[in-house]
Amino acid sequence: MTRVVVVGHGPSAHRLAESLQGFDGTVTILGEEPRPAYDRVALTSYLAGKSAEDLTYPVPDGVTPRLGSRVTGIDRAARTVTTADGAVTAYDVLVLATGSAPFVPPVPGKDLPGCFVYRTIEDLDAIRAAAGTATAGIVVGGGLLGLEAADALRGLGLETHVVEMSPWLMPRQVDEGGGAVLRGHVERLGLTVHAGAGVARITGEDRVTGLVKPDGEVIPAQIVVFSAGIRPRDELARAAGLAVGERGGIVVDEGMRTSDPSIYAIGECALAGGQIYGLVGPCFTMAEVAADRIRGGSGSFTGADLSTKLKLLGVAVAQFGQMSGALDVTYLDPVGGVYKKLFVSDDASTLLGGICVGDAAPYDTLRPYVGKPLPGLPGDLLFTGSGVTPDLPDDAQVCSCNNVSAGTVRAAVLDRSLTDVAGIKACTRAGTTCGSCVPLLQRILVKSGVPVSKALCEHFAYSRAELFEIVQVRGVTTFTQLIEEHGTGRGCDICKPAVASILASLHNAHVLEGENAALQDTNDHFLANIQKNGTYSVVPRIPGGEITPDKLIVIGEVARDFGLYTKITGGQRIDLFGARVEQLPQIWRRLVDAGFESGHAYGKALRTVKSCVGSTWCRYGVQDSAALAIMLETRYRGLRSPHKLKSAVSGCARECAEARSKDFGVIATENGWNLYVCGNGGFKPRHADLLVSDVDTDTLIRTIDRFLMFYVRTADRLQRTSAWLEALDGGLDHLRDVVVHDSLGLCADLDVQIERHVAGYFDEWRATLEDPDKLRRFTSFVNAPGVPDPSISFATERDQIRPVGVSS
Amino acid sequence: MTNWTSVCDYADLLPERGACALLGTEQVALFRTFDGSLYATGNRDPYSGAYVLSRGIVGTRNGEPTVASPMHKQVFSLVTGACLDDPATVIPIFPIRVSSGMVEVSVL
Ligand code: SRM
Ligand SMILES: Cc1cc2nc3c(=O)[nH]c(=O)nc-3n(C[C@H](O)[C@H](O)[C@H](O)COP(=O)(O)OP(=O)(O)OC[C@H]3O[C@@H](n4cnc5c(N)ncnc54)[C@H](O)[C@@H]3O)c2cc1C
Ligand code: SF4
Ligand code: FES
Repeated sequence: MTRVVVVGHGPSAHRLAESLQGFDGTVTILGEEPRPAYDRVALTSYLAGKSAEDLTYPVPDGVTPRLGSRVTGIDRAARTVTTADGAVTAYDVLVLATGSAPFVPPVPGKDLPGCFVYRTIEDLDAIRAAAGTATAGIVVGGGLLGLEAADALRGLGLETHVVEMSPWLMPRQVDEGGGAVLRGHVERLGLTVHAGAGVARITGEDRVTGLVKPDGEVIPAQIVVFSAGIRPRDELARAAGLAVGERGGIVVDEGMRTSDPSIYAIGECALAGGQIYGLVGPCFTMAEVAADRIRGGSGSFTGADLSTKLKLLGVAVAQFGQMSGALDVTYLDPVGGVYKKLFVSDDASTLLGGICVGDAAPYDTLRPYVGKPLPGLPGDLLFTGSGVTPDLPDDAQVCSCNNVSAGTVRAAVLDRSLTDVAGIKACTRAGTTCGSCVPLLQRILVKSGVPVSKALCEHFAYSRAELFEIVQVRGVTTFTQLIEEHGTGRGCDICKPAVASILASLHNAHVLEGENAALQDTNDHFLANIQKNGTYSVVPRIPGGEITPDKLIVIGEVARDFGLYTKITGGQRIDLFGARVEQLPQIWRRLVDAGFESGHAYGKALRTVKSCVGSTWCRYGVQDSAALAIMLETRYRGLRSPHKLKSAVSGCARECAEARSKDFGVIATENGWNLYVCGNGGFKPRHADLLVSDVDTDTLIRTIDRFLMFYVRTADRLQRTSAWLEALDGGLDHLRDVVVHDSLGLCADLDVQIERHVAGYFDEWRATLEDPDKLRRFTSFVNAPGVPDPSISFATERDQIRPVGVSS
Repeated sequence: MTNWTSVCDYADLLPERGACALLGTEQVALFRTFDGSLYATGNRDPYSGAYVLSRGIVGTRNGEPTVASPMHKQVFSLVTGACLDDPATVIPIFPIRVSSGMVEVSVL
């Protein structure tokens, strides 16, 4: 039985342990940190709310890491290692995976309290604690990790400075031109960049008070984070007499073996082919090679792709292949903050590399072509970004984190009949680390021609758009009729609400009318949003966010009388939480009497049209944005759709209403309105695209009418407009052709449908209150109407209720 | 052993929908499916801890009658109480019948 001992428990050690699963021997990991290996690449997300558990990798079966165990010495003759607690552990094979440590330049004051590095969860805890009393922070180092640390300081609310020795930021990933554009982005975010500047000293008596630059300028700050490069942790290897490089790093051969054949070194501490690799992808490959060798294989590590793509401070930065070449083609948009450059061979036939700032689309499409013939004219490739979608050659690497080629992905898709990206991830590991290759995986999947099933669920073999056509053309009016004629079984929580939504879009009937009631999920069924403890929330419509004092008072009184938690929402209206089902009609009776109506916060329907105050009050406003927002919200209220719909209207280009993050957003111009469509906040933010510009109000409304109805007819279930547009063949141009130029001859039809919706609108809550049959459902217990649910209870926090007693 | 308690009129239950009955401290979710059959399960959603299963969407999976939790959509068999997405989790099921137009359940 071979005893493998691993020193260090970082990502490299973790991947090694995974790759040794099922190996005939023991694997002991000695890690200095107080917790098992975690995803260091995602470290910064810890400050944004991820927990240490979220980041921690699952420990593979059969491996018991000894945590908090620093190895202090290696006895190569006896084949043992000693840990700080004095314990001695014997090995047959030793693997050094000690990673690296941040480099702290030897400047006076570097050890003062208030000086930090940015490498471990403990470092982040310490920085967060210190930020509580600080106002300003400095990051020394403007590379990839330095800017990430700067973003973290900014996120902690500090005035943030970045001091970088080179004349521009991220010198290892971008050239001077890219650096200038990047600097513009960083400064617009409010950070101060000191490029071409070193550090003379850190000032302070018993705590940091600031930093002095060599030119004498003083930057006051209470926190300094050093992120000026990394140094491999080769101290154990050095002391044990293993070969190390001149500038550090444990020398290894292609099989990751050090100068002692029973000792391997992997990850950031290893000097492979004369190079230290500071990216996790190559570290993983080294771990796999070492595991293979330990099992008797002959795998080898012959270098790795150092391409990087990341989003720092919201700015996309990417670099692939070489950073120079005989010829280059540059695209520069200083206003939009976009810089893209491609390097090609002297005959302009072969792609050598590229740099992107502000738009990384070329990275996704072009990285696999490095060293291969260009798939198009360089200028076209840069301008259109993702304009080319040729088939990738089999040997093109698609996932650099896990070294997976297009051929491997394609083979997995075909051999195992995969139909989604999740399957590709599980079979090949591609896409499981930084995720930047996922769009490429999706593309390969689609291009492979596998039948990606469009069936809604086991009950219908049709997509939502096809069901919409069926319902419309055949004049279907009930779910029962639809499933009997076109489906199987009795439906489920996927198809029932989808069909309910289609029937509602087409027929305008009350969602609780007849059989419809049984199709709705609990939100639509009680016309309110369910909360974690089984209570519901109430959101009256407040069009455009405009409300009279009298109506505000009514909301306050209702909330007070029913003891509801009250909050201003992100949608410019007010949400009242904690109502039991039997209270909902009583609450709505009061609200309806005061002139409120349903806000459809519970439905896949129009939510809010936010607005700014516009030209009525604002000195910059050029049109009455509030009036238009109220008009739009009133026009489209109650429109049921595949997913929720949000909108906003801003009175000028300053965009205070954030219209470009909405499904449809309107921005006033001197001459009329610009209409933007298919924006999204939420999970995957997307800026809306300009559909038409400088149009008058009638044209605007006609265009929105058609846009909405076209979406309602053709989108998939739960597909927001942004995802719908991205999947739409022909994209924005096709959409404009359909709704502006009527290329499909659909517009008359769309116009009729919207007019029917507008004319047929009624308030769902008022109608419910008028119908005793519908009201009967609003009770907690069928055998004890009026008895409140005893499982619901509340505590008080900041003078309002909060749910208690729900386990999760 | 069964100990029938009458809870409501059969007509109070809507086809393809649930309702909840309170029996002592026990919350029982009652379901009437499209073919008129009745089922009774616990009302507590074991995943969220909230008493809400009676408000889920009723349907079928491979012919088996089901309810989906309104909280996070796990699907339970109305026949066995097993969660079809995670068979290790099972909710209680109770005997239910109609007697002279009244729905009766037994929680013993
Ligand atoms: C109340 C509110 C938060 C607040 O306290 O401010 C809220 C609360 C909820 N949001 Fe939201 N969202 C609220 C504004 C937003 C916004 C901001 C906005 O609308 O300007 C966004 C980002 C904008 C966007 O949608 O593009 C937002 C993005 C989401 C998402 C992600 C959507 C996406 O496309 O990724 C979800 C999940 C979903 O819908 O699938 C969600 C879902 C939810 C749900 C419905 C979750 C749930 O199923 O329980 C929450 C329940 C609301 C309730 O019980 O009343 N909420 N949510 C806001 C209500 C606004 C309103 O007046 O209607
Ligand atoms: C903030 C941040 C962001 C990053 N972002 C990216 C990114 O976007 N993309 C990317 O590719 N890479 C990124 N990296 C780099 C990536 O995290 C590293 O490449 C990776 O962590 C290397 O793994 P490793 O296991 O070799 O070393 P490490 O992660 O350094 O792990 C080594 C472990 O060994 C322990 N150790 C050292 N000496 C001893 C000893 N004597 N006894 C016991 N234990 C010891 C250390 O405490 C440590 O836990 C980022 C790094 C940081 C800090
Ligand atoms: S968007 Fe323009 S008009 Fe509206 S509040 Fe802002 S600055 Fe004023
Ligand atoms: S490139 Fe990072 S996961 Fe594929």
